[in-house]
Amino acid sequence: MLEIKNIYKTFNAGTVNEKCALNGVSLKLEDGDFVTVIGGNGAGKSTLLNAVAGVWPVDDGQILIDGIDVTKLPEHKRAKYLGRVFQDPMTGTAATMGIEENLALAQRRGQSRTLKPRITKKERESYKDLLKILDLGLEDRLTSKVGLLSGGQRQALTLLMATLKKPKLLLLDEHTAALDPKTAAKVLDTTEKIVNRDHLTTLMITHNMRDAIVHGNRLIMMMEGKIILDIKGEDKKKLTVEDLLHQFELVSGEEFASDKALLG
Amino acid sequence: MNVLTLINALPGAIAQGLIWGIMAIGVYITYRILDIADLTVDGTMCVGGAACIMMMLNGYNVWISLLVALLAGTAAGFVTGIFHTAMGIPPILAGILTQLALWSVNLKIMGKANQAINVDKYDLLVSLRYIKGVAITKNTIFIVTVLIVLVIAVLYWFFGTELGCSIRATGCNSNMARAQGINTNFNKVLGLMLSNAMVALSGALLAQYQGFADINMGRGAIVIGLAAVIIGEAVFGRIFHNFGLRLFSIALGSVIYYLVLQVVIWLGVDTDLLKMFSALVVAIFLAIPYWKSTYFSKPVKKGGKTDAGN
Repeated sequence: MLEIKNIYKTFNAGTVNEKCALNGVSLKLEDGDFVTVIGGNGAGKSTLLNAVAGVWPVDDGQILIDGIDVTKLPEHKRAKYLGRVFQDPMTGTAATMGIEENLALAQRRGQSRTLKPRITKKERESYKDLLKILDLGLEDRLTSKVGLLSGGQRQALTLLMATLKKPKLLLLDEHTAALDPKTAAKVLDTTEKIVNRDHLTTLMITHNMRDAIVHGNRLIMMMEGKIILDIKGEDKKKLTVEDLLHQFELVSGEEFASDKALLG
Repeated sequence: MNVLTLINALPGAIAQGLIWGIMAIGVYITYRILDIADLTVDGTMCVGGAACIMMMLNGYNVWISLLVALLAGTAAGFVTGIFHTAMGIPPILAGILTQLALWSVNLKIMGKANQAINVDKYDLLVSLRYIKGVAITKNTIFIVTVLIVLVIAVLYWFFGTELGCSIRATGCNSNMARAQGINTNFNKVLGLMLSNAMVALSGALLAQYQGFADINMGRGAIVIGLAAVIIGEAVFGRIFHNFGLRLFSIALGSVIYYLVLQVVIWLGVDTDLLKMFSALVVAIFLAIPYWKSTYFSKPVKKGGKTDAGN
C-alpha cells in the first residue's frame, strides 16, 4: 500500500543547524498493516510521516501510495490518499467552524470544491450516526464551533474526519501525546475500533512503548533518521517492553534513555 | 456650533459610510476570513474609482463602468495573490508592492492625478447631490443600501458553498485545509480577488459620489476598513451571529465611523489631525485582544509536552 524507497531529508543544509532527519529510509507497508513507530526525540519519526504527507519535498528517494508515485505531488493533492491526525489537537480542525462543517470539509477530501452547498441534509444525518461512535455527545452539537471543544474531543473529531472518506493510508502523528492519560486511552481505543472496522493501513507514531506493542501488527523503531528495528508477525505478538529495550541496546549500542518512552 | 448644521450633514455622512461599508466588507474577507492584512486596498480604491470614471467619461453606461471597475479590482487582488503564493512574499509586503505599482497604473488610467465627472452631464448612480430632495429610488442612501444587501446576499451564498467553505478553512487553519486536500494557495488568491473586487466597487461608487477620481482617494483606506470591521464587531458582535448579519454589521460599523467623524468635525477639531486619530483609535482596538491575553488571562495548564517532537 505504501512504499518508501530510500528517502533522504536534510533540514537547514549548509548551516550550523544542519540536521539530517531522514537518512535513507525504506519501508514497505502491505494492505491492512497497522505499523507503530517509536524512537527518541529527533529520531525522524514525524519527519517520516511529513515526508509521506508531502509537507515539503524530500531531497532524494521515492514515495509510492498504492502504486502511485506521489513524490512530486504537493500536500493538498496527496491528501486524496491520506487521512492525517496530528499531535497538536488544534492542528487537525478549523476552530471557527462548526462540527458539521469540519466533517463536510473532510467528506470532500480529494474532490474539487464546487459551488454546491457545503453540506447536504443527508450528510448531516449521517454525521450524527458517525459522531455516536465517539461516545462524546457530539452528535447533539453539530453546529457548535469546534473551538469550544476540549483537546480530546477535537482529536477524536480529527480522527473521524481523517477516516470519513476511507484513506488509502492513515497517518497518526503521536495523536494522543497531548491528551491526559484517560482521554488518550479513549482516543486510542476509538482509533483501534475505526482502523479495524475499515481495515485501514495505518502508520502510527507513539512515544509510549506499551502502546506501540499493544497496537498494530508491526513495530518499527527509528534512530538518527534510520529504521533500526522492524518487528512483525509472531515476534511482534510476543514482544514485551523489556524485549524492546534489550533489542534497542543491541542494535544501537546504547541504553534507551528516555523515561518518557519507557513509562509513557 | 449649530446643531442644524450637524443634522444637515448627517445624511451625507451616512451615504459615505455606506459606500465605504462595501469596502469594509472587502477588508473583512481578507482580514477576518483569510487572516491576511491586505494593503492592496489603498491602491484598489483608486483603481475602482479611476476605471469607473474613465469608462463613463468615454461614454459607457454606469453599470458597465461599475463592472469594469470590479474586474480591475479583481486583477489587483490577483497580482497580490500571485506575489504572495507563487513568489513567497509575505502578504503584507505583497500588498504594499501591488499598492505601489497601482499608483502608476492609476495615473495611466486617468492620464493625470485627478479626473472630475459632471453629475449634470452624466447619468451617475450615486452622487452627493442625490441625498436630499430626490425620489427615494434615486436617493444615494437607498441605492447603496440595496447594493450592500445584494453584495451580502452573494457573499452569504458563496461562503456557504463547498468552495467558499474551503476558503474559510484556509484562513482558519491552513494545515488542516491542506490535510483535507484544499489548495490553500489557490484559495488565498481567490479570496484576495474577491476582496479587492468589493473594494474597487466601493471606490467606483465613491468617485461617483464625490464627483471625481483622485490618485489619493484610497490613502489610508485599510485603516478605515479595519475601523469599520472593529466597530461593527464591537457594537453588533454579540447580537449578530449569522454570517450575513455579521457582514451587515461591518457596513453599519462604517456608517458609525463616518457619523462619529462628522460629529468630530462639527465639534471643530482640526481636520488635519483626523487621520492620526483614526490610526490611533484603530491601533488601540487592535491592541485590546493582545492586552487581554497578556495581562488579564489566567494561566492555562498545558496538556502534554511542549516540544514538537520529531
